[in-house]
Amino acid sequence: MIDSVIDFLAPYTFLIVGAVKAVIIAIGLLSSVPLLVWLERRLMGRFQVRLGPNRVGPFGLGQPFADSLKLLFKESIVQNSADKFLFYLAPAVVVFTAIVTFSLIPFGKPFEIFDQKIGMWVANVNVGILFVFAISSMGIYGIVLAGLSSNNKYSLMGGLRSSAQMISYELTLGLAALGVIMITGSLNLQEIVDAQKTVPNILLQPLAFVLFYIAGVAETNRAPFDLPEAEQELVAGFHTEYSGMKFAMFFMGEYINMITMSALITLLFLGGWHSYIIPVPDLLFIGPLLVFSVKVFILLCILIWLRSTFPRIRYDRLMTFGWKILVPLAMLNLMVTSVFIVIF
Amino acid sequence: MRNDPNMSEYFFIAVFAVVALVVVAGILILSAVLGPKNPSPQKTVPYECGIIPTEEAKGRYPVRFATIAMLFIIFDIEVVFMYPWAVALDQLGFFGLIEMFLFIFILGIAYVYIWGRGGLEWD
Repeated sequence: MIDSVIDFLAPYTFLIVGAVKAVIIAIGLLSSVPLLVWLERRLMGRFQVRLGPNRVGPFGLGQPFADSLKLLFKESIVQNSADKFLFYLAPAVVVFTAIVTFSLIPFGKPFEIFDQKIGMWVANVNVGILFVFAISSMGIYGIVLAGLSSNNKYSLMGGLRSSAQMISYELTLGLAALGVIMITGSLNLQEIVDAQKTVPNILLQPLAFVLFYIAGVAETNRAPFDLPEAEQELVAGFHTEYSGMKFAMFFMGEYINMITMSALITLLFLGGWHSYIIPVPDLLFIGPLLVFSVKVFILLCILIWLRSTFPRIRYDRLMTFGWKILVPLAMLNLMVTSVFIVIF
Repeated sequence: MRNDPNMSEYFFIAVFAVVALVVVAGILILSAVLGPKNPSPQKTVPYECGIIPTEEAKGRYPVRFATIAMLFIIFDIEVVFMYPWAVALDQLGFFGLIEMFLFIFILGIAYVYIWGRGGLEWD
């Protein structure tokens, strides 16, 4: 009986393995969000010469869990004039797109176990990076819908501002990534990493790296580009009306986006799971995964460092900076790179 | 499906999307079930720092946002055109380079025009 079931399922093993992998990765991603919140609060504390959360659990590690439990038991206020359906839909869209974007991110070398080749990713699509941009930009809908459905002047302004900001910086993001794609000749993220075996792209494309990083910070709505939620001028912008767990969902989306963006920068410019100078043994999948995680961790720390260092930039300057400085620089980088590639 | 490994990859994305959907729905339902519900007239009014709102928020907004959206559509489509070109640049060689420089030149004219007309200014 069991044998026949196994025989029947044998051709579909890769489907089952893939599905199980997808679920495991989703759980891993979601459980790393509270850790990142904790990391940010601890680091921010240190930057501001205070301790940060240290009461709940060891090193205050229980704090984000306590917070999310508290938010779960809070009243979620929906005000009368809000568009109820869109009001509920908006945070769902933000979290959903943030999670799905991560499915395209490879985070380790494929390894073999029990004659099964297992890749360290949910999906390895040949249009990888294009798909990442396509899904991640859907997150803008969530923010715009939150702003529109709240029927609050601050929310509307915040939603409009953030959508304008995000689409403006997406241009730079796409153009900066083009340099790397030209060098590799592929859109597949795994092939992009494999092409960096000896030299990481940051050395070949330093300008593109800087542009991509700046645009990435703006895309994830992090300080100094956190204008969507400018507390002092817009009373938190698009999520003014949100409370309880729906409010937390926007931040969940933001933190997942931080992880995805850091992973993407690691893949495109820092050589992914390849380690340079220091040799790291494979050990099935642990070595490459560790190298990749360390790189992402450093990038996340830099994101937090940026937040505690820079003041928020003024909105008109943000837009002119994006359109008048970043876009021409990205174009220049594109042209110079293409000339180099064709000539050499 | 088995013959085309690439299609099965999209199936995994779908599985991942279902997990995401369950998580999102779970959070929304849980918070709706667990949270208390004590609406009051003060709570159900849009928050404007204590001042009673005088009009609907869905009204006019600066036209700047619409123009930026239009510019984005134009430029982003140009960028998407460049993706296949960038992938195949090795094969296209010098011909592809000249073609793309012409393309960027035309784009540049539009860009300079927009800049000159003040399309990129915020006041």
